[in-house]
Amino acid sequence: MPTAPHILYCNCTYAQVVSKEVKEAVLRKLCESGVPFEAVADLCEMSARKDPSLQRFSRCGNLKVAACFPRAVKWLFTSANAALPSDQTEVLNMRVQSAEQICQAIDNPEITPNLPSGKAVAPPANELAGSAVVA
Amino acid sequence: MSLSQALHLVLYEGNGAQPLPGNARVGAVSALLERGYALSCSTSDVSLIPDGHTVVMVLGQFGNGSLPPVQQPGVTIRFHDITGLDGSQIAAHVEAFRTETSSPKHGDWKPWFPVIDYDRCTNCMQCLSFCLFGVYGADANQRIQVQNHDNCKTNCPACSRVCPEAAIMFPKYKAGPINGDVVSDADLQREKMKIDISALLGGDVYQMLRERSERAKSRFSKERDSEKALKERQKCLVKLAQAGDIPPEVLMALPSPEEIQRRAEEARAKAQAALARQ
Repeated sequence: MPTAPHILYCNCTYAQVVSKEVKEAVLRKLCESGVPFEAVADLCEMSARKDPSLQRFSRCGNLKVAACFPRAVKWLFTSANAALPSDQTEVLNMRVQSAEQICQAIDNPEITPNLPSGKAVAPPANELAGSAVVA
Repeated sequence: MSLSQALHLVLYEGNGAQPLPGNARVGAVSALLERGYALSCSTSDVSLIPDGHTVVMVLGQFGNGSLPPVQQPGVTIRFHDITGLDGSQIAAHVEAFRTETSSPKHGDWKPWFPVIDYDRCTNCMQCLSFCLFGVYGADANQRIQVQNHDNCKTNCPACSRVCPEAAIMFPKYKAGPINGDVVSDADLQREKMKIDISALLGGDVYQMLRERSERAKSRFSKERDSEKALKERQKCLVKLAQAGDIPPEVLMALPSPEEIQRRAEEARAKAQAALARQ
């Protein structure tokens, strides 16, 4: 049986780019679920300050990060010398996904790795229908 | 500032502590996040003190129960009973402990800075050459890197617009791909992605500012009308602001044209030196 993934929630406290409703719903879901999780005020600030917690998160194995765009999360960690393992990290994007989608993904014990690799270019919009693929 | 001494919080609901009701947990976690703290919500005393932290506060409804047997050399740890406290009250206790332990304060700086996507970056050094505020530098291997995050001007994404590869992100920017969204072919083809600010103004932006300065000086000598000269400069800067989505306050805070020229030459020299050593 696979070990439950670690969960990291970013509150993006210092900006208003993530919908307040989505943030609140995801946080409420986490708090009510009773599962252990890590919550940080702002991953950007931690990256700029090279907070040692980022290295701890990057080493913890299967990880689901509720934050923003996977490309941004990947390089925020990397620039803090805490590169995330691409095969063990799933980023849930609170800027574009609904709270419901994110809560479902949190409930799912499987990891769907989605960190971009290489010089990823999105396919044309007409091929993107229904897809949240980033790599 | 290093966060290695930053206060780390643990909301503990394992053995020896009563679980918080759902609403109380949400209230406590939200109040602490809004004040800039990071916390682990844990039910296990095994990992109560995460690696890398030297100041830890464990919050829980301990009541008359026994505290988890946690001690670690070199770590200042404080257990605090939060029974009956609401989020604001818990945050006030945490803030008092932060002050007592001289741990860094959060939230004084809006974390706005460029994040480089090294999958895309070609190390062309255009960003280093462009930025007048010394945000960029080169590492020991002459690879571009962000060195002075605090120097970056809040809400200014200008350097990302001069990057020919769309490799510079500002995660708190409103739109993609600067916010970290996937780069599309359309983005790359769109000239807007790599705004050549100099072209917008019909030449080198620094040269243009220099010329305007000369014209302004000439006007000063003829008219002694500093207000008119200022208006002229503002007009130019507004044009820049619109073209690059650069906050007017950033442009208005630019130094004199002479200082701009000096800084631009310094940045260019740094970029050229890094390129020459590659």
